[in-house]
Amino acid sequence: MALSSPFFHQSLSTQQIMLITCLALIPGALAQSYFFGYGVLINLCLCITYAISAEALVLLLRKRKIKQVVSDNSALLTGVLLGLALPQTLPFWMSFIGVWFAIIIAKQLYGGLGLNPFNPAMTGYILLLISFPVEMTAWLPARTIASHFPDFTETLQLIFFEKTAEGMTIEYFRLITDGFTMATPLDYIKTEFTQSKMRSEILSNQYLTDNIYAWTVINSCYLLGGIFLLLRKIIRPHIPLSVLSSLFITSFILYQFDSEATNAPLFHLFSGATMLGVWFIATDPVTAATTPRGRIIYGLCIGFLVIIIRTYGGYPDAIAFSILLLNLAAPTLDHYTRPVIYGHQKEEQANE
Amino acid sequence: MKNEQTQIIKQGIWSNNPALVQLLGLCPLLAVTGTLINGLVLGLATTFVLVGSNVTVSVLRHHIPQEIRIPVFVMLIASFVTNVQLLMNAFAYELYLILGIFIPLIVTNCVIIGRAEVFASRHSPLRSLIDGVSQGIGFTIVLVILGGAREIIGQGTILDGAHLLLGEWAKNLKVSFYLTEQKFLFAILPPGAFIGLGLLVALKNRLTSKN
Repeated sequence: MALSSPFFHQSLSTQQIMLITCLALIPGALAQSYFFGYGVLINLCLCITYAISAEALVLLLRKRKIKQVVSDNSALLTGVLLGLALPQTLPFWMSFIGVWFAIIIAKQLYGGLGLNPFNPAMTGYILLLISFPVEMTAWLPARTIASHFPDFTETLQLIFFEKTAEGMTIEYFRLITDGFTMATPLDYIKTEFTQSKMRSEILSNQYLTDNIYAWTVINSCYLLGGIFLLLRKIIRPHIPLSVLSSLFITSFILYQFDSEATNAPLFHLFSGATMLGVWFIATDPVTAATTPRGRIIYGLCIGFLVIIIRTYGGYPDAIAFSILLLNLAAPTLDHYTRPVIYGHQKEEQANE
Repeated sequence: MKNEQTQIIKQGIWSNNPALVQLLGLCPLLAVTGTLINGLVLGLATTFVLVGSNVTVSVLRHHIPQEIRIPVFVMLIASFVTNVQLLMNAFAYELYLILGIFIPLIVTNCVIIGRAEVFASRHSPLRSLIDGVSQGIGFTIVLVILGGAREIIGQGTILDGAHLLLGEWAKNLKVSFYLTEQKFLFAILPPGAFIGLGLLVALKNRLTSKN
């Protein structure tokens, strides 16, 4: 029977969805590599290679059709996301561990795409973060404030040998012009807060504001990519909007209590991995909640947790932790927020 | 008779292994297997308590009222655990400090109360003794394998801290596979233990299903 108009509906294949999502990451990736150098691009290449090889290896062991499954591009997306989330000069074997763990343990051992309860990229990221906290927080300062910005060969040497031909390690390249090292703004401000400094005093540092500017540009580019996904109807607005509003409201309330010891709401929205996480990772169709109300609760909880962990927790950023925690809650949320099917009564459905 | 005893031994070590098949006593299993020696010591302590409790429960099984058997079992187990704790405090003080709360927590280890309830309260002292030894060995083997694997992956050594158990000469037993400034913390932290145990269970199921 041929389909007629109300039922006629062309949906995108998984392959297309994943590919468009990767394309939407391009502006952010470009901005990130502008500010942080070649390391971003090298990491992307490494992670994509690792991801696809891991996927192919498992499919080979599971005796599945390799070409058909790999071409769904989901491993590609995991590789891209991890490549963007890792520090630029992370040693190559660490990214290898992260990506292989993400694909093999977090995805394929659960049965592959569609069956994994946790977002693979974030699981790999967390594994690396808790295993190698020093390397994973060794972000370079942005190009605009770095005193020695590594060129292409130096970046390669840092990634593969952990020092350059002249014997310089990552610490040398993390120096900024005034002789101090600079972590990411979130990390830096958190450390300063623990030394009881006031927010206005911390922000009077010109290098910090330059660094914040770099991160704001990067986040804005990811925001653009996210809006593109929204317009192409790859993602629905529930999750990103509820995460963003919850981030804003929670940080706004904390900010009202003590504006000298907490970060401003807008700073939270445009720093760290906020936009990347909100638009590209929290919206993962496999691991997020699927009902409309469930998605809103899911998003609100992520935003709330991010601010709480960033403000009171031990780690500077919290996107990955919050998303993984809510991944775990997604099936429960779906269960309790099932929408009423047209034609059914509310109680009727509850009794089923 | 002989056949029955080998059956009990085989069950404890392989086909009904407390850690891999019954999945009992996971709390200490996951918490202390950071190194091979820690695993071994906790395994030995658990085995000692298990044998003691199995034999006493079996000897007293006709005198313990059915209604209050669990409290009685727990008291018997607790007295053995207190012995182990005091002995370790006296002769292996550093290990006692490393294992800390997990020594007294052997009282609540489900392997022990499980064997007392399921096996010792229904069988003769001799059989209960064999069961206690083989279940204890089965548990210890898993602790040692998991501890060894986590130690190799996590800090690149094996038999680190052997001198705490065996005396000063054992310091030479430590083998370093690779030197790293940065430990692979994930293997040493609890999530590494969960995944390691999962892989061991998978391996066991794979080996069993082939037969």
